[in-house]
Amino acid sequence: MEKQEPVLEIRDLHTFFPLEEGMLKAVNGVSLTIHKNRTLGVVGESGCGKSVTAQSILRIVPDFAQMTGEILLHKNGEVIDLAALAPSGREIRDIRGRDVSMIFQEPMTAFSPVHSVGEQIMEAILVHDDVPKAEARAHAIELLKLVGIPIPEERVDAYPHQLSGGMRQRAMIAMALVLTPMLLIADEPTTALDVTIQAQILRLMKTLQAEMGMSIMFITHDLGVIANMADDVAVMYLGRVVEYGSVRQIFRTPKHPYTQALLRSIPRTGRRARVRLEAIEGIVPVPLDPPDICPFADRCTQFIPGRCDEKVPDFLDIASGHSVRCILYE
Amino acid sequence: MTTDATARLSSSAAARAAETTAEERYFLASQWQLMWRKFKRHRLAVLSTTLLAILYLFAITYEFWVPYGRLTKHEDYLSASPSSIHLFDSEGRFRGPFVYGLDGEIDFDTFTRVYTEDPSRVHRIRFFQKGEPYRFWGLFPMETHFFLPEEGGVIFLFGTDSLGRDLFTRTLAGARVSLSVGLVGVLISFILGCLLGGISGYFGGTTDMLIQRVIEFVIIIPTIPLWMALSAAVPPGWSPVKIYFSITIILSIIGWAGLARVVRGKLLELRESDFVIAAKVAGSTDMQIIVQHLLPGFMSYLIVHLTLAVPNMILGETALSFLGLGIRAPAVSWGTLLKDAQNVRSVAVQPWMLIPGLLVIVTVLLFNFIGDGLRDAADPYK
Amino acid sequence: MIGYIAQRLIYAIVTFFFLSIVVFIIIQLPPGDFLTSYVARLEQEGDIIDEAEIEALKREYGLDATPLEKYFRWFGRFLQGEMGRSFEWNQPVERLLKERLPYTILLSLITLFFTYVVAVPIGIYVATRQYGFSDYLFSVLGFAGLATPNFMLALILMFLFFKYFGISVGGLFSSEYALAPWSLGKIWDLFTHLWVPIIVIGTAGTAGIIRVMRGTLLDELSKQYVITARAKGVAEGKLLFRYPVRMAINPIVSTVGWQLPRIVSGETIVAIVLSLPTTGPLLFKALISQDMFLAGSIVMFLGILTLIGTFLSDILLIVVDPRIRFEGKA
Repeated sequence: MEKQEPVLEIRDLHTFFPLEEGMLKAVNGVSLTIHKNRTLGVVGESGCGKSVTAQSILRIVPDFAQMTGEILLHKNGEVIDLAALAPSGREIRDIRGRDVSMIFQEPMTAFSPVHSVGEQIMEAILVHDDVPKAEARAHAIELLKLVGIPIPEERVDAYPHQLSGGMRQRAMIAMALVLTPMLLIADEPTTALDVTIQAQILRLMKTLQAEMGMSIMFITHDLGVIANMADDVAVMYLGRVVEYGSVRQIFRTPKHPYTQALLRSIPRTGRRARVRLEAIEGIVPVPLDPPDICPFADRCTQFIPGRCDEKVPDFLDIASGHSVRCILYE
Repeated sequence: MTTDATARLSSSAAARAAETTAEERYFLASQWQLMWRKFKRHRLAVLSTTLLAILYLFAITYEFWVPYGRLTKHEDYLSASPSSIHLFDSEGRFRGPFVYGLDGEIDFDTFTRVYTEDPSRVHRIRFFQKGEPYRFWGLFPMETHFFLPEEGGVIFLFGTDSLGRDLFTRTLAGARVSLSVGLVGVLISFILGCLLGGISGYFGGTTDMLIQRVIEFVIIIPTIPLWMALSAAVPPGWSPVKIYFSITIILSIIGWAGLARVVRGKLLELRESDFVIAAKVAGSTDMQIIVQHLLPGFMSYLIVHLTLAVPNMILGETALSFLGLGIRAPAVSWGTLLKDAQNVRSVAVQPWMLIPGLLVIVTVLLFNFIGDGLRDAADPYK
Repeated sequence: MIGYIAQRLIYAIVTFFFLSIVVFIIIQLPPGDFLTSYVARLEQEGDIIDEAEIEALKREYGLDATPLEKYFRWFGRFLQGEMGRSFEWNQPVERLLKERLPYTILLSLITLFFTYVVAVPIGIYVATRQYGFSDYLFSVLGFAGLATPNFMLALILMFLFFKYFGISVGGLFSSEYALAPWSLGKIWDLFTHLWVPIIVIGTAGTAGIIRVMRGTLLDELSKQYVITARAKGVAEGKLLFRYPVRMAINPIVSTVGWQLPRIVSGETIVAIVLSLPTTGPLLFKALISQDMFLAGSIVMFLGILTLIGTFLSDILLIVVDPRIRFEGKA
């Protein structure tokens, strides 16, 4: 494996939401590293804190959230702690869209319905660079072409509701990439799309990554997509990373009972049809004032009374680049 | 499976069960329970409900709470200001609640009568006193009043009008008319709105198109001129009850449109929903679908809308009666009482004539607060 | 777009016919007609009129026509600008209206303008400071404004001005200008009188719009496209006006048409209390004396006024919302 250069390091990130009902610990001590030109897949069921982690990076979580920890962005040899910046200040705004950009799950709601797609892409340019409008427009058309939108000269003036779901997501990607960021955060970008469109979008993202040389943080609950897209994988559960490793390590030798259960719950081609899929018992609890025990304790089939409910297991390296948070390996 | 593993599984299952009951209760609670639970947290709305309930209780049983009849004229006390209630007499002795006797004089600057208290005449206030006989609800002869001053004294909590009638009595009497007009009017527009909105939303097509135009028309027309025109046609010779109902119906003729629009919109939304299609596939009839599936679906929205429609009716009645086109004397409503306050010069001298208006404002506010609380509560999963 | 406008125009015409029917009913509502009272008067004076003579009179005045014939006769004349005669004023109705209607329109439009100019900025201000002091202050004021009947507000204002300044507010002109021909002084005099009715009529509407604006803006502020724009690096202030405010304006614009009936409605009763030279007091007097051609025509014109307003606000909605512009339906 070649030497890896980090682009973004998250260190012990906590994002809490003080609610009437208690403290919602959406992200509860997450550490992750995203390397240059590589894709980190973040996987977990809904409510595990993967989206809040992503939003914390760009500091677009709601104002009342309480954030601690470090988010280190390596930019031209400089290291900037995003977590220490003012949430709507000049510095973070310069980084948003230019160095780190983001695409979202619902391409319909993610665009403003009353502005044309072109206007919204151009805005992404004009916010950061003082260029003439015509130039921004040309650039927007160029990007639309790059993401495979036919007749981009016309589509640039289309309103979001005039495009199909797949086209909207392509436009979304164009908007995110218009300033060639070094990191693209994709928050479930294909969840709302048909399977065939989904494959096209994934292929597009891979091609663009190779062409433009950027890192991707790919958030999804779909292990199939992860296997397809990611180089490294972080499995999240209830606000914590429970297992981290290369895509090979995670799929070949999963260690955490949760990862194992997740893998057992997806159908695979080539497997004998008689093998039953196993669902994971129970539902993801809401992390409202969670106790300091293993987050998966109450759904785990290998639960050990007195050990699992004693403390939060440490995050241990068990092989090169493979770590797991489980008492079984302590 | 080993017994050990089984035991462990069942114990963790039990633990899970214990933990999730609270959650399950949340998911299993009926829509109304959820609404009630959310509503209870809205303190202002709960307080408003209580106050409004008290107000309605007073209105329903007003004859007992007031010291006089609503038409009784106290000729010696024309345009008297509200009585002040004292606890200690001029020598500082505690006498319980009492009023002083009043002496009337003519003020030659304004040519109005001015009443001054005579500290030598103390009239204590007695509760559950026999006084002027009346008919409770116009049916049962009674004499007991909640409070009355001792023989020879008079008490006018809100003052009197230019004919010497007790404004407190008349305000409570007016409450019965004004508050009930709101409810009866909303009931009529509710029936009309549900019927027409329901037909429009459920059947669609040309029917929908026609009813939609009528609704639009009613919403576009300025209400007050239309109300005025319609109520001016109510023959003045009619009995108070007949007038009361005609005015209420006139108010509802306009009120139903907004409601029908809500019903229709909600129906259209629900008609396309999966559970209605499922019911159709299962072979339910139209009527069954409407009653069993659709009505519960938007009942909460209807209640919110109704709560917010009542004050409009009350304001409408007040406005019409204020102009003399609504409820007419000898019947009393807050609007007819405010009619007496039309003259600025008389209001300047007798500002207490505006008290019924204050009650209108308070009532409308209470209804709005409750409606707001209900609106928040109607979306239980939000 | 053309289809949408055509559809709205047809709706407006249909509504106009409904209006004419209702107005016709209003005119016909009072029991009896002038012939009945004429006959009654003659009989009181001792004259005896035989049936044949009454029939002849009826035919002469078109009183024996069926209601449908009467309606068409009246409506046809109305369209030609012939609205019948006011018995009370002994003048053609159209001449009376010509004097009063311009003031009604002027006052209504200025109030409409004032309502929005005041309410929209306040709505934006309080929405961005949710649960702040100003939010509570305007909530309280708004509730009070909505709960106070406008004639009551007029009474209170008149009372306060009379009591503390010894002046009587009311009318649209001072006595020295009331009958004077138009001059700069008269226009100025009009403006010094206008603000009282504007406040009285506009308060409830202003309070309502502040609430709507606050509500929709808060809704919009939590939408995905706001997060997208923020993730692009758009500054908060610019973002607020460019996206959520722009969106929240739509429901506001679409209610302009409903605001006008409310203002015209309020104008009618407030004008009676403040004795303004508008159609309100004229309608009132006409109704009291059962001068039905005059009363009906006033209701008709007020209806037409709001009908035009609604139609224009529908058109305005196309301008602000591209979704309607392109799809051709609401």
